[in-house]
Amino acid sequence: MDESKFIDIEGVEMVFHTKKGVFHALREIDLTVAKGEFITLIGHSGCGKSTLLNLIAGLTRPTDGVLLCANREIAGPSPERSVVFQNHSLLPWLTCYENIYLGVERVFGKADSKARLRERTMAALALVGLTAAETKRPNEISGGMKQRVGIARALAMEPKVLLMDEPFGALDALTRAHLQDELLKIVAATKSTVVMVTHDVDEAVLLSDRIVMLTNGPAATIGEIVNVQLERPRDRVALAQDARYMAYRTAVLEFLYRKQAHPAKDAA
Amino acid sequence: MNAMLQPDSAEPVRAAVLDAEKPARRPRRPLAANSTSKVRQKLSATAMNIVAPLVGAAVLVLIWQLITIKNATFPTPLVTFHEAVKMFSDPFYRNSPNDQGIGWNLLASLQRVAVGFGLAALVGIPLGFVIGRVKFVSAMFSPIISLLKPVSPLAWLPIGLLVFQSANPAAIWSIFICSIWPMIINTAVGVQRVPQDYMNVARVLNLSEWKILTKILLPSALPYVLTGVRLSIGTAWLVIVAAEMLTGGVGIGFWVWDEWNNLNVPHIIIAIVAIGFVGLLLEQALMALARAFTYEQVSN
Repeated sequence: MDESKFIDIEGVEMVFHTKKGVFHALREIDLTVAKGEFITLIGHSGCGKSTLLNLIAGLTRPTDGVLLCANREIAGPSPERSVVFQNHSLLPWLTCYENIYLGVERVFGKADSKARLRERTMAALALVGLTAAETKRPNEISGGMKQRVGIARALAMEPKVLLMDEPFGALDALTRAHLQDELLKIVAATKSTVVMVTHDVDEAVLLSDRIVMLTNGPAATIGEIVNVQLERPRDRVALAQDARYMAYRTAVLEFLYRKQAHPAKDAA
Repeated sequence: MNAMLQPDSAEPVRAAVLDAEKPARRPRRPLAANSTSKVRQKLSATAMNIVAPLVGAAVLVLIWQLITIKNATFPTPLVTFHEAVKMFSDPFYRNSPNDQGIGWNLLASLQRVAVGFGLAALVGIPLGFVIGRVKFVSAMFSPIISLLKPVSPLAWLPIGLLVFQSANPAAIWSIFICSIWPMIINTAVGVQRVPQDYMNVARVLNLSEWKILTKILLPSALPYVLTGVRLSIGTAWLVIVAAEMLTGGVGIGFWVWDEWNNLNVPHIIIAIVAIGFVGLLLEQALMALARAFTYEQVSN
């Protein structure tokens, strides 16, 4: 298998038929993601970043074009492409442990013993540093902790691809920075392939191998791709002074605010 | 003289100290005012919760008393109260099948409601789940439910009498019919309103239909189901009185009718209050149940 084409998106078009009429969300999307690569999708709100992520997740099917993962067509959602949702989407009637166990049981239930399933769930909780929150329900923990449980649930299924839809969008800056650092460590340890939607330029530069920048919708497509060649592990404090970091950051800002000025501005 | 001099020299320092203390003291005054206003708030809350309902009851009794002055056949509040004390001092007597204590009558009615309501829950809640989950079934049953829901359950009583050939099952049948609609409708709505986020989780985790039902649909729809149950029990308790008036036998509805035939108006008034009280208890119990099973849903 060609490892540089782990995820292969070819000529994807997405058209929504709504009550208000036809909405052309995405056009001519061509993108390949290598195994172990960290990709962020960035663009103004409404440009179809989440739509593209949902297509990779298999939650929606494209109007035209093909999406492949490990040379197989993405025909529907699957635990091998697990999703960390924007609003964590933990089930409020289950404890943190049970929320993670639900996925673990589904993926490994046939092959593993009960004890091994429990081990996997506890390992996932330990990975995000929430062993103590095992028996807590989502409404008893903070927003940052909920998001960590969401990440643990996704990782516990040992997915081939981790898809994240603005996972830190609803968190305060300090918690966000903390979770970004944790995510970097986890990804380094698990060598996961990650596709993440974000609207935060610093987050994109800090985390990504490549930043995929989408043009404004409707009919959004990939505008530019920035190759972030900063060595890992990355340290946010050291990078803040790094000229290359600044250059990447400027490149993204340039694209977002010069070439693709905010759609609201055009309308005004 | 020394003593006289000292205050002079000390004065500016003290003034400074006082100045420094002032800002610290200032918030204390509003705080003290706060605590008295808190007491006042508490008092007004007590007035709202205890005094106001008492005043309301007093007004009602007064109007009642005024009516009895104009209308001699109507019992006065005092007579009714004495009658009630007598009645509730022995609620469980049994002289003959047609002469039993109010306790037995209430229990007989409650039993009918329990059976009819329980059967309705057994049929209505699963049916509501299927209607909520499967669009075709929803389209199948929606027109029928819309058509039959506004029909008075008493209109179904003759059908019950025809089918069951007996009064008691016919009354239970009426309860069944009136209880089932809110349970079907609310359960179906609850299942349809399960947040899309949870369904996306189910799809990504590739959960089996059984797991979706037990881990997602059931807990998520439970508050709606319980709302349906609460509405049902309210209606069932309304309907049983009317149904028993028609079917006879032991039961609070028939008892009211029987006392009317005996022209025992105090007993009718007592029965009305007792029916209201039992209905209130049923409602409160189910509301407590609903609160225990309501979870915080995700935002968006």
